Amino acid sequence: MDIIDRRSNPHGKNLENRRRALERARGAVQKAVRDAVANGKIREVGEGKAVSIPADALHEPGFHRVFTQGERHIILTGNHEFSRGDKLRRPPSGGGGQGGGPGQAGTDGGGEDAYRFILSRDEFLDLFFDDLELPDLIKREISATETTAPSRAGLSNDGSPSQLDLGRTIRYSMARRIGLGRPKPAELDEIEARISELEDIRPLSAVQLDELEALREKRGMLRQRMNRIPWVDPVDLRYRRFAPTPKPSTRAVMFCLMDVSGSMTERMKDLAKQFFLLLHVFLEKRYKTLDVVFIRHAETAEEVDEETFFHDPRTGGTVVSTALEEMLRVQKARYPVQQWNIYVAQASDGDNSPSDTPQVVRLLDEDILPLVQYYAYIEVTGSGSIIRGETDLWQAYRSVAEKQPHLAIRQVSDRKEIFPVFRELFARRTTGEVSHA
Amino acid sequence: MTGTGLLYQGADWNFTIIRDCYNAIEEIAEKELGLDVFPNRIEVITSEQMLDVYTANGMPINYHHWSYGKRFAGHENAYRRGLMGLAYEVVINSNPCISYLMEENSATMQALVIAHAAFGHNHFFKNNRLFQEWTDPSQILNYLEFARGYISRCEEIHGQAAVERVLDAAHALQGQGVNRHSGSRHIDLKDEQARARERRAYEDSSFNDLWRTLPQGSEPEHSGNGEKQALRRRLGLPEENILYFLEKHAPRLAPWEREIIRIVRLIAQYFYPQPQLKLMNEGCATWVHDRIMSRLHEKGRIDDAAFMEVIHSTTNVIAQFGYEQGSTSFNPYALGFAMMKDIERICTDPTDEDRRWQPDIAGNGDAYGTLRHAWAEYRDESFVLQFLSPKVMRDFRMFRLLDDTRDPYLLVDAIHDEAGYRDIRRTVAASYDPSTWYTEIEIVDVDTFGDRTLRLEHRTKAGQALADSDMKLTLNALADLWGYRVVLDEIDTPTGRVLLSHEAGQA
Repeated sequence: MDIIDRRSNPHGKNLENRRRALERARGAVQKAVRDAVANGKIREVGEGKAVSIPADALHEPGFHRVFTQGERHIILTGNHEFSRGDKLRRPPSGGGGQGGGPGQAGTDGGGEDAYRFILSRDEFLDLFFDDLELPDLIKREISATETTAPSRAGLSNDGSPSQLDLGRTIRYSMARRIGLGRPKPAELDEIEARISELEDIRPLSAVQLDELEALREKRGMLRQRMNRIPWVDPVDLRYRRFAPTPKPSTRAVMFCLMDVSGSMTERMKDLAKQFFLLLHVFLEKRYKTLDVVFIRHAETAEEVDEETFFHDPRTGGTVVSTALEEMLRVQKARYPVQQWNIYVAQASDGDNSPSDTPQVVRLLDEDILPLVQYYAYIEVTGSGSIIRGETDLWQAYRSVAEKQPHLAIRQVSDRKEIFPVFRELFARRTTGEVSHA
Repeated sequence: MTGTGLLYQGADWNFTIIRDCYNAIEEIAEKELGLDVFPNRIEVITSEQMLDVYTANGMPINYHHWSYGKRFAGHENAYRRGLMGLAYEVVINSNPCISYLMEENSATMQALVIAHAAFGHNHFFKNNRLFQEWTDPSQILNYLEFARGYISRCEEIHGQAAVERVLDAAHALQGQGVNRHSGSRHIDLKDEQARARERRAYEDSSFNDLWRTLPQGSEPEHSGNGEKQALRRRLGLPEENILYFLEKHAPRLAPWEREIIRIVRLIAQYFYPQPQLKLMNEGCATWVHDRIMSRLHEKGRIDDAAFMEVIHSTTNVIAQFGYEQGSTSFNPYALGFAMMKDIERICTDPTDEDRRWQPDIAGNGDAYGTLRHAWAEYRDESFVLQFLSPKVMRDFRMFRLLDDTRDPYLLVDAIHDEAGYRDIRRTVAASYDPSTWYTEIEIVDVDTFGDRTLRLEHRTKAGQALADSDMKLTLNALADLWGYRVVLDEIDTPTGRVLLSHEAGQA
């Protein structure tokens, strides 16, 4: 009998199988992931989460019979009250497919439950953003190279003892010892043994005496040689060398601009928030450092924290250009364009005081768009109560968007549309389309 | 070494305790119960590893396939949500016989599992005729190793998608991968690996009738028929083992695809006896652990607290819920254990009723010998037919329902009384008859002179057609492997009338 402790064996034998199952059901998994987001659980998008895949996406078929008609016997246990001849009401379906017509037969094969997979954050986001990519990612991202990190850069002859590369040092030492013919300790031991053996013999014959003499001389020579050729010489020492390497840092800042005037209802703000959060998760996945700046505006604009941004109500008229000016101010103060990729997302219901609109267009066209990688404008429309044609702001933005392709404008009226709009904005383009300065 | 005194106290265990328990248990198992087992190997694993073991049907190695990932997710969720406790033992029918102990178990549970798996199941695996006929325990682990290596090499060479296509199709036909009627073919798994290498050479030199392109000439009609008959014989038609037929005769498969089909078939064959012996296997193991743990207690090797834990655990395992609790089937542990206990009782302390029902064994005084004989020679169906006694039927309060779809009600047509015993016993036995759950599908013809259509027949059980959507998917899988059109007729068994006809694949 053997007892083997396998507890330390590698775990997760089924990770590969799990991956293949997810891959196989990719369509269903993706749908589940997107449903999870569409159902307003976007706040948890950052964490890994469970998704359920309907069983038929992973169904394994086989030939098997189903009982549809005719007679059969069933044995049950736990009889307390029945006698022969008693009649029982049929249980309402389920209990083994009784009474089902032939049409129902097919469903019997799918008696499995949905499968739940716990996805890690990365898996979740990968599936979620499967075919999306950032517009113009190539732009300034490599330019900022102000950080350095040590990285391995070969070997050197000097260094701190903690960086001693023992393996190589010994290899060099061995090569040197062999090259210079350092006697092996075993060889010396052998001679010493023979000498002491001879020394014990008395009297010594002439031949033995000669041998003893010769051995003593040889011993002296070997000892000398061993002393002269050290085991490890300073020339053998090798140290690991590190050199500072410049690291390209890819940083991005995301400006969230939102109209919080009285005309924006909670629901509209919620829609805007969904969009901002999607964009945030998306950018976060691509940039190591991602800053978010929240700017809200009514008649005046101010930079606020996230909580205030979404939840603190304000009233009053709407002057959009104030938000744009505030954005430019923050950008100039903190986010130099050489070092940061700049993204702007603006949400509004399209209201603006008419006299302000030309100013907005000018700011956008001349000051903001040349700085940013991408500017997304989302116009949230009311749910039927305010049916309007194109708002002033929309018309103004559209005229700019026609000239500047990295301004994208979309209208959204329902939560369900958020994701499709988002996808549309960031859907992977054919390479030709992306190439503009 | 045989000590006396307590083997351990409390719940903690270490490897010395396990070894001591094993020795004490082995002594009882071999000297008192006369069990004959494969050499044992006991492996201690974590609960996470136990989940892995579950997924692969208890096998420590398996090839990669998405279906295992699916099963793993199922088990994992059930476990995490507390719907399923992990079985406290998994044992592999191999030589040496591997039993897994979970590290979370208490010392008592480890001893119980050793008695249950390493002696109960192990004895059953080694001695039952069906296992002896169908499985090759000494080579299964090597074979699985080979299978995994072979399949992953195929994935490297031909791509995962190509391999998955064959595996998916072969898995769908797994139930049709055994020669049930013509008897088993004992396969020496050791030779399988060498055979795989020779396959290519053989394929090149062999002649496949399906590729015959020579014109038939204007021979008289009857001699054409004669040739057809001869060809049918050569192809071994009718053939119930669809995987075997595909492996040997499918015209469009590459050699490696045939080998993969063979791997799926051989592994399916290895598992073939298990469902037919579930009741006896669990009954035997539970009875053995119950007996051994009682003896350990009687001999003063475990204390009262430990014995209470044993009783508690055994009671949980052998709980049989009645129909009112929603149970529609027998718990194999419950019925198996009850029947083993009952046989023991009939042998040693029979009633008049037992003497009438079981004259052969009633009062023969050799309970252990009688049980060992039953374990070796029977399968679930014949075991129930032979040994299910009126007492057990009464204890379980069994009753039989007649479900006739033409009636709006279910009729109680037998209960646990003198008039009903035989009916109930026959029906319980029939429910363990493999033919009730295996579908009888045979390849009956190949249109060798025409478009190579493969023709299959399903002999239906009264009123039971094939589940439609699954049947279509499986038939497509079959057509995919065969490469040409496939036709499946569902035949009404008594009349031979064709009830339904399905087809798949290009003409």
